[in-house]
Amino acid sequence: MGFNGTSPLLDQRGELRPEDFGAIRELSMNPIGDRIISAFFSPGKETVDFASFVRILAHFHPTETSRSRDGVQPEPANSRTRKLKFAFQLYDQDRDGKISREELLQVLRTMLEMQVTEEQLQSIAERAIQEADLDQDDAISFDEFRKSLEKVDIDHKMSIRFLS
Amino acid sequence: MEDFWGLAVQLLHVWMFVVFFLIMLPAMFGLSLGVTGVYIQVLVHILEWATLRIQRGRQQQPSVPVPLPNGIIEHAGGSMEEEMGRLRSGSLAEGKFCLSDVFYFYKKGVESIVDDQVTQRFSSEELNSWNLLTRTNQNFRYISLRLTVIWGLGVFVRYSVLFPLRITLATIGLSWLVIGTILVGFLPESSVKNWLSELVHLTCYRICARGLSATIVYHNRENKPQKGGICVANHTTPIDVVILSNDGCYAMVGQIHGGLMGVLQRSMVRACPHVWFERSEMKDRHAVASRLRAHVAAKTKLPILIFPEGTCVNNTSVMMFKKGSFEIGGTIYPVTIKYDARFGDAFWNSSKYNMVSYLLRMMTSWAIVVNVWYLPPMTRQDGEDAAQFANRVKSAIAHQGGLLDLAWDGGLKRGKVKDSFKEEQQKQYSSIITVGNII
Repeated sequence: MGFNGTSPLLDQRGELRPEDFGAIRELSMNPIGDRIISAFFSPGKETVDFASFVRILAHFHPTETSRSRDGVQPEPANSRTRKLKFAFQLYDQDRDGKISREELLQVLRTMLEMQVTEEQLQSIAERAIQEADLDQDDAISFDEFRKSLEKVDIDHKMSIRFLS
Repeated sequence: MEDFWGLAVQLLHVWMFVVFFLIMLPAMFGLSLGVTGVYIQVLVHILEWATLRIQRGRQQQPSVPVPLPNGIIEHAGGSMEEEMGRLRSGSLAEGKFCLSDVFYFYKKGVESIVDDQVTQRFSSEELNSWNLLTRTNQNFRYISLRLTVIWGLGVFVRYSVLFPLRITLATIGLSWLVIGTILVGFLPESSVKNWLSELVHLTCYRICARGLSATIVYHNRENKPQKGGICVANHTTPIDVVILSNDGCYAMVGQIHGGLMGVLQRSMVRACPHVWFERSEMKDRHAVASRLRAHVAAKTKLPILIFPEGTCVNNTSVMMFKKGSFEIGGTIYPVTIKYDARFGDAFWNSSKYNMVSYLLRMMTSWAIVVNVWYLPPMTRQDGEDAAQFANRVKSAIAHQGGLLDLAWDGGLKRGKVKDSFKEEQQKQYSSIITVGNII
């Protein structure tokens, strides 16, 4: 996979802390920058070592279509399902398997913050849940999430191609 | 024993003769004997041969790492609107929030963790192929015997032949500058004094340039900065000052330092009016601006030299220009300085090297080859504020030198990002999803 040049942040400790990610300027500019940073850290842990760092980044490896998928092999980290699951967890912060209205509102708030009013946020969230929520339980489960993103080219949009 | 001393003295005589007649005298008159030109040609041939060798070696040894000067990942171009449009792929109507929108931000965020545009600019540029200096070959890889021999020869020549010569020249140049300017400072104000001071400055800077084996090519000299103007250039290294001063005299702007730099600054200001500030004064923007304005208003004074980026950048891009220098008024003369990285990396990474070790590295590189372009003068137009004017000048400079035009602030080398950038992204996104006025 060639991750040699990837992590200039790793210091002699061999671990990263959330503050180390703060040194990346383009990340501070990203509205969901903080969420991305916390995606690298398992709940409750304050550091991430190189192996875990690589495992998270592996979700963004381009899917190889030539791989044969028989039931025996464990599903690779960069399969379409795993990528979707990873994105799902961005919304579902408490890891209960569903995106509640409140969780959706939180993400919307970070992406839009002061540009829209609270009512507008509520109505956006309302419509999004209505469209995706098929079993009417007022939350979006992983399958509903996957269904609503059927037509999106996940393989391309959630992949980072390394040169050479 | 006496023979030894006699020999040493003779050698010293020959040395001084060479230095004086072959280097100093031509420098005073702005002539060149063409030795450096021949040297550069020879170097180019050797480096091309080395490149071919390395390519051949890479084919045989796949373990040799390939340098990637443009970053290690493929960046998708396109604005936020284009990317989100592609994400939605027409399945949902425009102007609504969609669960997949977050993927755009997600991917951009992780991309920047892997390789971002700003951090890249504060470390030395990676070359496409090795230029036979140890410092540009990560973990010196053995590629072939002949290459190693040439490299070894190069080390010998650089450190034992070129380096002493350059140190001598630099010392002579700097001490001449101090002595000369002090002497000229004793004269009363007159055109003779100005002429003499110009001569002293030019000569000494030329000697210093020889002291770095610098080959400078000036383009479009008809656009050279005139008196009463402000000269603006991209900043890569403190040597920029020497490079520009080889062709004309400028009034420098800066903070007064202690030590050797301070001595130089204080003596220089006797001969011609430079603008030096005390450390406390630098914080007061208005004081700085008013002094500069006064200098420019007196049309007879030398053009001011300013580097609006505020910090050294690695010569692959131009960072945001601070608008302070563009508020003073007067004509702006933009200048582009581009170093040829094959012969030596001129970028001063101030967090990695201090001034002395930086100068040592400079003096043990092959040479410094620079292209300087003088751009046509620009003035602020009606309806343009200082920041827009600064951006216009920056684009012109970047375009001329083939450098990337970045909107990032060079101060990010040491500071944090302002929140206004994040708000910009949020504003852009909200305008995408409120397009149809459906909300």
